[in-house]
Amino acid sequence: MKSIYLDHSATTPLDPEVLEAMMPYFTDIYGNSSSVHSQGQQAARALEEAREKVAALLGAKPTELIFTSGGTEANNQAIITYMLNNRGKGNHIITSAVEHHAVLHTCQFLAKQGFELTVLPVNSYGEVEPDTIREALRPDTALVSIMHANNEIGTIEPIKELAAIAHEAGAVFHTDAVQTAGKIPVNVNDLGVDLLSASSHKLYGPKGIGCLYVRKGIRIGSLLHGGGHERNLRAGTVNVPGAVGFGKAAELAMQRLCSQEAPLADLAKRLIDGLLATIPNTRLTGHPERRLPGSVSVCFDYVEGESILLMLDHYGIMASSGSACTSDSLDPSHVLLAIGLPHETAHGSLRMTMGKDNTQEDVDYVLQVLPPIIHNLRAMSPLGR
Amino acid sequence: MMYSQKVMDHFMNPRNVGELRNPSGIGEVGNAACGDIMHIEIQVKDNIIEDIKFRTFGCAAAIATSSMVTEMVKGKTLEEAEAITNKTVAEALDGLPPIKMHCSNLAADALHEAIKNYRQGGNSSASIVKGCCSHDTDPTCGKNRETQLGES
Repeated sequence: MKSIYLDHSATTPLDPEVLEAMMPYFTDIYGNSSSVHSQGQQAARALEEAREKVAALLGAKPTELIFTSGGTEANNQAIITYMLNNRGKGNHIITSAVEHHAVLHTCQFLAKQGFELTVLPVNSYGEVEPDTIREALRPDTALVSIMHANNEIGTIEPIKELAAIAHEAGAVFHTDAVQTAGKIPVNVNDLGVDLLSASSHKLYGPKGIGCLYVRKGIRIGSLLHGGGHERNLRAGTVNVPGAVGFGKAAELAMQRLCSQEAPLADLAKRLIDGLLATIPNTRLTGHPERRLPGSVSVCFDYVEGESILLMLDHYGIMASSGSACTSDSLDPSHVLLAIGLPHETAHGSLRMTMGKDNTQEDVDYVLQVLPPIIHNLRAMSPLGR
Repeated sequence: MMYSQKVMDHFMNPRNVGELRNPSGIGEVGNAACGDIMHIEIQVKDNIIEDIKFRTFGCAAAIATSSMVTEMVKGKTLEEAEAITNKTVAEALDGLPPIKMHCSNLAADALHEAIKNYRQGGNSSASIVKGCCSHDTDPTCGKNRETQLGES
């Protein structure tokens, strides 16, 4: 049976070249990068080389990067420790309604501890409009955190403009770039951000490693306390094989960036156009143009997302949904609700995110399999009659 | 997979889908906003459920429980059908994931509504809103959520 993976926003397969680069750091060069002996020093050198490669992908200086266990930890550290270490600057945080829970729940956690939180609404494409941030900024706003691109609907936020507005008001700007690093150009200076989170396993690197970019002069602190690793900003023996893998994945992503963005966007367009043309009562979610290359997110009226996913899986197609039935909650995705979709529409959501190995044949296979699935589920549904 | 083979079988090959020409009773439970609606129609003769059809909007568990309940009661007396509960339907499917027990396991309720509708004279579509997350009307919404999370 065919096996077509269309869930690259969830995670990506490890690139064989990345695995090859990592292997020696599990076997031969196993030293602790903090150790003085030659084993440790070899590991430390590999760690710094990896840092240079990840920094290059983000247009940052290696000294401005901290390795973390992933995007979630980077987001937690950026938001929590910035707020705790800059109390004099204010008590107010601004974020958006479509953030990943790693940001949204972290901000809500701080709000419970006494910080003040403003959650900005978004327009129907999921974009934060510059005027909303202008209105929300206050003299005591210390931090603004807005994601670079949305994981569910693919919309790319106007970060450069939003960061400039935040800076005018004296606030520091963090962006969660987990979905964009390695997929579209991400340059901390072009974007004008002060803090940026990225993750390795979204760009064909290993799981369990990510990074936080901290602009020189921005004062954050350690979330984990213990040793003096990562310039006293992240205690715990460093995951050297993971960092090496992240470094290699970042290097490969940089090489591929120019050649892959357009073909992936074309594949997504072919799939979106095909679905909208063949399946009635279907709508695209997210911005039609300003979206992640390879990201397809749609809602089908009268059917439920989990049923679509299981039917697709039966035909070897792996995708995801923002339906309540695919999460641990009873509500559909907060992102789909934030862009104004009614609950019943959000339950019928489907996300297909393509990666470097997907082909036009894959798209055509989906276009062959999916319309009858929706047709059959609708025939079974009491809705839409 | 989180679902049993029986659930997947009834989901992929649902039994008794559709509608009856002249149903003796109709029952519908659930709420589109919750993501589950179950609609069941029965044909009753001499106290026996001679035929039964369903249409369901929902996840695999919702579809499989609907299919299973129709198979369980076809040819049975109304009293036998009334004795079937959501729990026995789930058991007949070799169980459901805990999180699905509340919100997607309403097929027996839909059947009971159809029987009630038949006993009341039938033919008018009995429709009730019952479910785990009726956002506007159901005050038990939050309570159910806590129970559910506690059990999962």
